[in-house]
Amino acid sequence: MRRWLEVESGVVSGEPSIGQPGGQPIDWWVMRAGDLHRFISLLKSEFDEVIGPVAVDGVIRLRPIESADDLPTGFTEQQETGSYRLLETGTSLRFSYGLGPDSLKSIVHPPRSPVWTMRRHDGTLIVDQALHGTTTRAVIGARACDLRALDILERTQTGGQHTDPAFAVHRQGLFLVAIDCSHPAPTCFCDTGGDGPVADHGYDIAITELDHPNGIVYLVRVGTDHGRSLIESLHLAPAPRTFLEHRDHQHRSISREFIRELPKDAAKVVRLADHPHWNDVAERCLTCGNCTAVCPTCFCTDMDDIVGLDGETATRTRVWDTCFSMEYSHLGPGPHRTSPAARYRQWLSHKLGTWHDQFGESGCVGCGRCITWCPVGIDLTAEVESLGRPVEANA
Amino acid sequence: MQHTSATPIAWPESIEHGQSPSLAVWKFASCDGCQLSLLDCEDELMAVAGRVAISYFPEATTAMVDGPYDVSLVEGSITTEHDAARILDIRRQSRLLVTIGACATAGGIQALRNGRDVDGFTSIVYAHPEYITTLATSTPIADHVRVDLELRGCPIDRGQLLQTLAALLNRHALRLPTTSVCIECKARQTSCVMVAHGTPCLGPVTQAGCGALCPSFHRGCYGCFGPMESPNVPALRTQLGLLGLAGVDIDRLLNTFNTTAFAELEQTQIDERAPS
Repeated sequence: MRRWLEVESGVVSGEPSIGQPGGQPIDWWVMRAGDLHRFISLLKSEFDEVIGPVAVDGVIRLRPIESADDLPTGFTEQQETGSYRLLETGTSLRFSYGLGPDSLKSIVHPPRSPVWTMRRHDGTLIVDQALHGTTTRAVIGARACDLRALDILERTQTGGQHTDPAFAVHRQGLFLVAIDCSHPAPTCFCDTGGDGPVADHGYDIAITELDHPNGIVYLVRVGTDHGRSLIESLHLAPAPRTFLEHRDHQHRSISREFIRELPKDAAKVVRLADHPHWNDVAERCLTCGNCTAVCPTCFCTDMDDIVGLDGETATRTRVWDTCFSMEYSHLGPGPHRTSPAARYRQWLSHKLGTWHDQFGESGCVGCGRCITWCPVGIDLTAEVESLGRPVEANA
Repeated sequence: MQHTSATPIAWPESIEHGQSPSLAVWKFASCDGCQLSLLDCEDELMAVAGRVAISYFPEATTAMVDGPYDVSLVEGSITTEHDAARILDIRRQSRLLVTIGACATAGGIQALRNGRDVDGFTSIVYAHPEYITTLATSTPIADHVRVDLELRGCPIDRGQLLQTLAALLNRHALRLPTTSVCIECKARQTSCVMVAHGTPCLGPVTQAGCGALCPSFHRGCYGCFGPMESPNVPALRTQLGLLGLAGVDIDRLLNTFNTTAFAELEQTQIDERAPS
């Protein structure tokens, strides 16, 4: 049995203390649609910004929301290699969709981040470090893989000797409302590439949207004291045991939906530097960098300097970069990863291989974003599988 | 994402001597749109005018100062014998020559004539074709003279133009992106029109610099900035075919403002991959 199912079956069959008003603390609450509106209003009053899933331009994206009316009610999507289509379901489900292109990376490690401004004053240069603000943000709709990716990203940005101040400030202001995944896309593989679709840590509040025969309900649990205090202020009813059993059933049915898997020997085969398959991928790869942009753990950046026409001011901005760019590997004599094969190999062998050496884990959570948003539909699980095949003698 | 331009630029000496460098703006076969990008720098125009001596710019002023010029911005492609001679003279008079826009850097849409029956076109279009003297080709400026820097696009990006002028005036390194338009598209969090809408888009093979303008209006990129640093045109053609585009429509998409650039690249890549 897979790890996430063990965790889940422990919760359901292990006699959880559901609790009663006035007795034991409540572990599971139940929300109806009206409560969801009250909940988001509460978040609006508590945080500077509330971000949630919104159907916009044919894609479900994480965007600032005003109320529960902005949620993608009745929308889902269809994903394949290199393809995403928004669809209407005709139901009142609000969270019945697979991942869009946005992960929490866009919030804690934004595409453009100011570093400093410089100005000339009385013959000297004055540098003003950028202030990253203390905006507090509640994010509704993080999936289990997003929470895991945030952990991984956090280790890369704050886990070592030097902490990235921008990341630390953005992370500190983040309040996470996870939504259990009920609709993994065919491009996902979190059951073999990550920790599975049910959030078991890293959230302040976690919600399961339950498609119950008697109507849609939201089962709520908390992961932090802050989450608990907010939920308790809503005076919700404790969840009946039958709802939790239904939830367990819903989660079990998801496990049958994963069609892709990451081969177990991924960390090993991506290090086969001379494998001829790298050239095969390179014939298809556009080196456009879409995969690294949507990857929730890819963190590489460059600096972009803009100097004013008058030569009196300059601004430095940190911008996302990509190992698919030739200039990314530009050292003294020029770029050293000139071939597309070398650049694809750099990305995959770091993500799945040397990330283990560097950070003690894989850099992949199995979200499948790189598969969907690759314009030509390159599927890393298939590429890893090919790398694992023995090389033919005359290849 | 931002990268040092391939050509190191030797900034004009006049800047070191504390003078305002002289600027000339020249037009060849083109629509004037790139020159207008300079005039369109409304907020910054006065700052530009204050720091350079605009010595020749007929689009903006009738006052003309004889050369030599510190910097020449050249718009348009070479399509006549007269222009082929004129660009040689301009090169001689210019310390630094910067081409601006797809016509000047790639021949422009008028390069569709290349390899076709130009006399036939002239006889259909003009009442008196005998008055027309033209070359059989439209060619980029760099085919005729040494070019110090190319700013791509149809039209150019005014931010890139201003950064070029700022780099020139303040003598700092200029960095222009060489990666795909996708990088800018994802950075501005536009939803991918190809993946999410099935809209044909040249973004993955086109050089960044426009800020991913067209996709932000739900249009596919039409490649006006020309090929990015390592464009894989055959792979994109395969995908455009899967999106339902016929071969002739893909040819049309690849043959617009950088008419020959993508097609030549594609042929080179096909030849490279063919089993010998």
